[in-house]
Amino acid sequence: MKSDIILSGVGGQGILSIAATIGMAALENNLYLKQAEVHGMSQRGGAVQSHLRISEKEIASDLIPLGKADLIISVEPMESLRYLPWLSEKGWLVTNTTPFVNIPDYPDMKVLLAEIEKLPHHIAINADEIARQVKSPRSSNMVMLGAASPFLDIPYESLENGIRKIFGRKGERIVNVNIDALKEGREFALQNTPVGSV
Amino acid sequence: MEKLLLLGAEAIAQGAIDGGMSGVYAYPGTPSTEITEYVQNNKTAKEKNIHRNWSANEKTAVEAALGMSYAGKRAMACMKHVGLNVAADAFINSAITGVNGGMIVAVADDPSMHSSQNEQDSRFFGKFAMIPIFEPSNQQEAYDMEYEGFELSEKFKVPVLIRFTTRLSHSRSGVQTRKQNDQNPLTYPEDPIQFVLLPSNARKRYNGLLGIQASIEEEAEKSKYNVYYEGKDNSLGIIACGIAYNYLMENYSDKKCDYPILKLGQYPIPYSKVEKLVNECKQILVLEDGYPFVEEQLRGFLSKETKIKGRLDGTIPRAGELNPDHVARALGKEVKQGLTIPQIVANRPPELCAGCAHRDVYSALNETMKEFGKQKVFSDIGCYTLGALPPWNAINSCVDMGASITMAKGAADAGVRPSVAVIGDSTFTHSGMTALLDCVYENTPVTVIIADNATTAMTGGQASHATGRLEEICIGLGVKPEHVRVLTPLPKYHDEMVKVLREELIYDGVSVIIPRRECIQTAPKSRKEAKVKVEEVAQ
Repeated sequence: MKSDIILSGVGGQGILSIAATIGMAALENNLYLKQAEVHGMSQRGGAVQSHLRISEKEIASDLIPLGKADLIISVEPMESLRYLPWLSEKGWLVTNTTPFVNIPDYPDMKVLLAEIEKLPHHIAINADEIARQVKSPRSSNMVMLGAASPFLDIPYESLENGIRKIFGRKGERIVNVNIDALKEGREFALQNTPVGSV
Repeated sequence: MEKLLLLGAEAIAQGAIDGGMSGVYAYPGTPSTEITEYVQNNKTAKEKNIHRNWSANEKTAVEAALGMSYAGKRAMACMKHVGLNVAADAFINSAITGVNGGMIVAVADDPSMHSSQNEQDSRFFGKFAMIPIFEPSNQQEAYDMEYEGFELSEKFKVPVLIRFTTRLSHSRSGVQTRKQNDQNPLTYPEDPIQFVLLPSNARKRYNGLLGIQASIEEEAEKSKYNVYYEGKDNSLGIIACGIAYNYLMENYSDKKCDYPILKLGQYPIPYSKVEKLVNECKQILVLEDGYPFVEEQLRGFLSKETKIKGRLDGTIPRAGELNPDHVARALGKEVKQGLTIPQIVANRPPELCAGCAHRDVYSALNETMKEFGKQKVFSDIGCYTLGALPPWNAINSCVDMGASITMAKGAADAGVRPSVAVIGDSTFTHSGMTALLDCVYENTPVTVIIADNATTAMTGGQASHATGRLEEICIGLGVKPEHVRVLTPLPKYHDEMVKVLREELIYDGVSVIIPRRECIQTAPKSRKEAKVKVEEVAQ
């Protein structure tokens, strides 16, 4: 088993919480893990990404080679496309459709969504909307993780346990809304993925 | 002893704690900040009362670490690569004085300049100082090298440099820890003048440093971090330094590379191992993340050696971070990129946060400067450097810590009026105070804006030495009290800010304007943790 995942978004959107949750789940399953993060200047509203690699075997590089990623999980639609050179032919792109507009030349949403629709394997989900529905507007990142969960070779329960470990300090309510967000995201992906493609 | 999931930087910190360190000294700087933060938040470090407050800059950090080593204890100074420039005087001379307790200087380089103004390679500094250098390939080695580094330092009685890069520093992986060493007892150096670098003694000390070079090389020859892997295909031999080894092995599933490989993790370069590889192989490929440090030494000056491939002949791009794709191409392997990035994807550079006080400072400054003309504003290193980008386009320089004030002085000496500096509070206490003193000494007409957000913001909100004492420092340095003006940078005070700025820009002498409002990122946190932080760390 091997999963090479690129997480993307804008500084401050919480991709490191997604990475940490998957990381915890990987540890629970005794998998090897390498996770390269971006700290520093880009965290101030710039484009950020994280390379996350999990495997049964020891992992060499902290960085994923071009064309080798199995999955891109993006909490922002335009950012999802920035890392296409890394996505393998069979890889899936799972992205939020709610834009984060902090630049003057942000592309037209229709054109942007059309670019995403062109990809053979993709899930486009309005994670912000779903997060609001579960009464936790800040949990859109966990909605995204849920939507990506069918494509991860990790038992779903381990992701819930990961959330318990990562958010446990913040109290039961925070843990529960994040698990709700995770569930809703997963449900959406399962309903919108052709049978047999996962 | 346990298995932990750690960033490379955190592995260094844990290795230092377990290795018996009594104190860490550092100034925040990406990608090195997490080392000290980890120690600050570590339970054992608190229980053992390991020193872990921030230093004013990297030079004071190395000097304090050297002082702790003088007293027999194990100490670490950590910094980013450009911080080592600031600390260079102390660093180079610490190799001449030598150490008493083990001392490690941990330096994080930033190839590709993710968060820096250059991508200099600290291994050159280690060679310059003539001390042992470690370069870990992964988080486990980072931990082990740090843990063992104190012993190595005590064995040769010189500091040890650990050099690593952004990718390792900010990548997480499993690390197996070891038994915790006790801290050293307080002891004084055997020779009371060991640390006195008067020429007569310095010559003696320097000869001593030269004298141990052969042993330091011998140590690298037999180091477990310098491994020669035999291979049956000698058409190519590969030298892989530090993290480059991972990128190499990424290209060979199940670790089956047929070429002989020399994996390097400890310097000076192990001469006989390199000689063996060069003699046995038709061509040599040198893989290193950073400058062609090993490659240049292999080529030498007179040699027109063409069998060595690397960054110098273009096999690997001369600039930028190494990655598995560069290595694949160097090995003649095909790199199969996925889809191209659609043209609609726009650049998204970092920006000042919504509600950031620097926004209000630049609004007021830009309006005021309309009257005085363009290209008269020198700035510095911090979040406010983003004022160089649209929509502000407000500043004209960012060179090194503290340079804004001294460059403004030089420009004023050349006749620029008004000459303005914009510097942050933490950068000011890092390296701006002596610059301001130069201005006071000659009463140079400069206007220094110290944008005080009460934190070291760009690196994530570490404590700032300037907090609560900026006016006293400036007045103490000799700025006239009536020309130290404190403002509140908020949109509602815009007109008042413009008025004060204008008054001081016209003034023919040194003035300091302090727009003061806490960083929008740290403000909510600091209200919550107000009491805890400083007191706890200061115990």
